[in-house]
This record gives sequence, C-alpha cells and structure tokens, in this order.
Amino acid sequence: MTSLSPVDPDPAAPAVPGPAPDLGRDRPLSRRNLIQTIVGGYLPLLIATLVVFLPLLWMVLSSFKQSGEIVTTDLKILPESLNLDNYRTAMTTVPFAQFFLNSTIVTLAGATIKVILAILTAYALVFVRFPFRNFIFVLILVALMVPPQVSILPNFILIAGIGGKNTLWGIILPGLGTAFGTFLLRQHFRTLPNSILESAEMDGAGHWRRLWQIVVPVSVPSIATVALVTIVTEWNDYIWPLIITDRPETMTLPVGLTLLQNSESNAAGWGVLMAGAVLVIVPILIIFAALQRYIVAGLTQGSVTG
Amino acid sequence: MTRQLSPRPFTRPADPGAGTAKIPRRRWTARSRRDFFVFLAMALPNLVLIAVFTYRPLLSNMYYSTLDWTLGSPTATVVGLDNYVTFFSSSDAPKVLGTTAVFTLVTVGGSMVLGLLVALALNAKVRGTTFARSAVFAPYVLSGVGVGLVWLFIFDPGYGVLAWLLRGLGQQSPQWINDPQLSLVMVILVYVWKNLGYCAVVYLAGLQSLPKEVMEAASLDGANGFRRFMAISLPLLSPTTFFLLITTMLSSLQAFDLIRIMTPLGTGTSTLIYEAYLQAFGAYNRAGYSAAISVVLFAILLVITVLQLRFVERKVHYS
Repeated sequence: MTSLSPVDPDPAAPAVPGPAPDLGRDRPLSRRNLIQTIVGGYLPLLIATLVVFLPLLWMVLSSFKQSGEIVTTDLKILPESLNLDNYRTAMTTVPFAQFFLNSTIVTLAGATIKVILAILTAYALVFVRFPFRNFIFVLILVALMVPPQVSILPNFILIAGIGGKNTLWGIILPGLGTAFGTFLLRQHFRTLPNSILESAEMDGAGHWRRLWQIVVPVSVPSIATVALVTIVTEWNDYIWPLIITDRPETMTLPVGLTLLQNSESNAAGWGVLMAGAVLVIVPILIIFAALQRYIVAGLTQGSVTG
Repeated sequence: MTRQLSPRPFTRPADPGAGTAKIPRRRWTARSRRDFFVFLAMALPNLVLIAVFTYRPLLSNMYYSTLDWTLGSPTATVVGLDNYVTFFSSSDAPKVLGTTAVFTLVTVGGSMVLGLLVALALNAKVRGTTFARSAVFAPYVLSGVGVGLVWLFIFDPGYGVLAWLLRGLGQQSPQWINDPQLSLVMVILVYVWKNLGYCAVVYLAGLQSLPKEVMEAASLDGANGFRRFMAISLPLLSPTTFFLLITTMLSSLQAFDLIRIMTPLGTGTSTLIYEAYLQAFGAYNRAGYSAAISVVLFAILLVITVLQLRFVERKVHYS
C-alpha cells in the first residue's frame, strides 16, 4: 500500500515523454520553464480530469432538464431551472425508493457478513493450527480467479430451486463467500508482530479474545479497505440481481435502472434516465471522494510487489 | 472487477503461527485438538460458501453443457458434446469469438496505453496530481449500468452531445446504436474510459518505485526524457505491464454491465460472456448450450491465469 502513496513522486523520473532539454532549468521562473510546466505538467492533467468529469457533469445537468430542453437540435448546456421533475418521474414510473432501500439492505447486509467472514477466515488461516492450512489457502486463491459470471447459470438453478428467486436473501447469499477479503486480510495479519499475540497468550487470552481485542483493533485500515471495496462491489453488482429478480419489489438500483430504461425508451426520457443514473452513481461517488485512499489501495492490491 | 493475487504470496520465510510449535508436547495435543475445532468454527462458513457458489458451478456447468435442456423445463436429454459441436460448427463461433477477441484486444491495449500516458502525466512534479489521480480512478468504481446510460445519451444520434458537436462540424452523427460495428466501437470506447484509471494508478505506482539511482545515472549521461523513458523506464516497468495485461484481459473477458445496458440485444457486441447470458436468459432459454459457452470462456480464463502464475516466479528477478 505504501507504494500507492500519491506523495513523493520520484524526482528523477521523466515527467512527460517529449523533448525536455535540461537547458534553462536553473531559472525556475523563466518564461520557457513556465510554458514547459504548463504544457508538460498541467495540460495533460487537466485534459485527463475533464475527460472524466464532463460526462458526469453532463449527467447531473441533464437530470434537471425538461424534455423540451433535451429534444432539441439547439443544445443548451445549462438547465433552465433546477427543477426536480425528472427525479419525481423516475420515482413514480418505477418504485425507485424501493430499489434504493433494497440496494442499501443488500449492500450493508452483504458487506457486513462478508467482512466478518473474511476476518474470521483470515485469522484462522494465520493464527490457528490446522492440517493442510496452506492447501486451504491455495483453494481460496484459486476461487479468487473464478469469475462470478461463469457461475450464474448453476447458481440460478440452485437458488431458484430453494425459493430464492425475487428475494433479498437470494440476491445476497451466493456472493457471501469471500476469497478477496480473506486473501487481503491474511496477507495483512501475517505482517503483525508475533510478540503482541504471544504476550496475550501468556495472559491466558483465547483465540476469540486475541482476535477481537488485539488483531482487529490493530488492523482497522486493512479491514476498512476490505469493507469499502466490498460495499462498492455490492452496490454496483448487476448480473446476479438482474437474473435472480424479475419483480420490482426486490430489484436493486442497477436492475431498477434497466427497468426504467425500458419504460423511458423515447428521446424525451433521457432526463428521467439521467436522474436515475445520478441516484445510482452519486452515493458511490461521495463514498469514493471521502475515502478514496482505502478504495484505490484495495482495488489495486497486488499490483506492486508486497 | 477481477482481483489478482499478490506476486509473492508464498515466499515469506517465517510463519507467525510456527512459534506455537515450541510448546511442550503434552499440552500440544490438547491444544491442537482445540485449535482444530476453533479453525473449523471460524473458517468453515466461508469455505462452504466458496465451495457451493464458486467451485460447484464449475462442475455443474460441465455437466449442464452435455445436456439438451431448456431452462425451466423439468426434463433434459444427454447429448454428449453436441453443444460444443453446434457452437464451433455454426456461424456463432467465428462471430462470438471474433467479437470477444476484438473487444478484449482493443480494450486491453487502449486502457494500457492511455493508462500509461495518464500515469506519466500524474507523475509530473506539479500541484494537483493527487486530485487528478483520484479523478481518473473514479469511473472504475462507478456502476457500469449508470455509466453506460450516461454515455448512451452522449452517443444518441438524435439529441446527444456528440451528434451536436458533429453537426457543428457539418457532419451527420453515425448510427452508433443501429450499426453493429459502430455499437462495438461505442462500447469499447466507454469501457476504456471506465477502466483506464485503474491502469493509470497501477502504472503510477510502478513509475514511483523505479530505482532513483538508475534514472539519475541516465540523466547524467545526457539521455533526454523520451530516451530515458524508452530505454529505462519502460523495460523496468515490464512486470507492471505484464500484471496489467493479465488483469485487464481477465476483466475484459468478463465485461457484462456496459454491454447489457448499451446494446441489450448484443448486436455486434456479443462476446462469450454475453452470448452465454443471452442463450440462457434471453429468448431461447438454451441452458445446455449456454453452459457449453461458459465452459469455453472458463477454459480461456484458466489458460490466462496459468500464464500469470508461471510468471509470478520469474517476476522475482526484477525486484
């Protein structure tokens, strides 16, 4: 995780490919240096940031536009007023409030259970003696590489067979086994110094107390990483809820948005659809803005040696 | 979102749990019996879930792929390898495999090349790089469904921003939605937009961990920025490049959300994963045939994963 730190970029690393002569470097505010900094440093950053932000800004602006402002060849950038009609239409065409509630329940319940399972499994793999412990870990590693998409048909048949179709537990259950969280926490637990656990053992603390009173408190950043990545993944999860639900009462937001897309298929519906997209995207955007360090570190874990 | 294992999971020499072995033998037995049950209590729920919902489906798919079976029907006929024969001998195979190859190669190449360029921009010694780094990563964590809708509106040939820009240049908007080839181009562009931030952040981490001494030495030898990049940075980044090649290839092969929301019928965009979905859950309900396609996809993913695991050992030489 340390290598992902945004600070302290390698001062000797090349800034940008291109002719960057070393002449004139000694005068920091020379005209030439200034231009070079702007063109070579700021301009690419600005372009990259705009390419990301403009589509999202367009989504927000369009969500306030009346259909007359959208169905026109004369494009208006800003909406005439900040009216919430599109949001109201989205809420009444399909039960959006219900989708929001379902997504929240699925995300919170799923993420809570997954994080607890990951903590328990990782602790057991690192600190509890058991035959074939490493072999079990390898099986978890392999599971990490099995894409959920190839499992949907067999899981659909199993879950539908036990009555899980159009239920929230049917949405949550198949994703609960967590290879990613277990792997990430195991790697972290292995770095904990032995001494703190040994002294607790001397004091007669059992595994359960050692786990919750020592290992968990000192591993909060890693657990937060796992929790946040899990929350983001659960919230955005699409293919499984799409298959296991076909009634609006149990749909999650991404699936509900598909339903909205089907009922707002004419050009006048774009404003409503953008309002729907805002409701799906903005909660995650807020969480990401507040806690991006953990999320980025978790999602790029394993990319750099360590 | 596929996540990969850390390059060196097995090489840590000291096992923290090993310390417990020093305890006298008499207590060890009672202890190990207790530990045995503690381990099961802690790990079993997760292991059972992984077995039932990750491992079992792999075997079930292989079994289903030998059946002529309509989803929802109580009966099925065993047909052996007929589903595979049908797939590979019909016009489906070249179409689906071709679409998968184009989608995968272009999205992987596009996100990696653009990701590296963005990483170089983020590595500049200017203010605001921290913010820009978060900004370019953001699309990677957003809902594919939401993002797909936003871009579908931008690409809309009648009232989209792109059509408006093209009209300003005196051009007609291409039929992004109706033309199968342009649909593929559209989905690829959006996929790259959504994923290049991931490549950028991983490349940035790679760039920042390059050995300073080597870069300084090259600088003193008079190598300019571009030559230093081509001759030194790029070769030293090859472990990162390989890691990204594998991870982005695995995720591209599993891309579903954008394809489903932008081109629901899969016209021109039916990759292996989408074809498997359409066959089982689309109009036909051909469960056996869909399972066969899933098995083909899994075989491809397996080959890529094995390649990665082989590379893990070689990677040690670089770092």
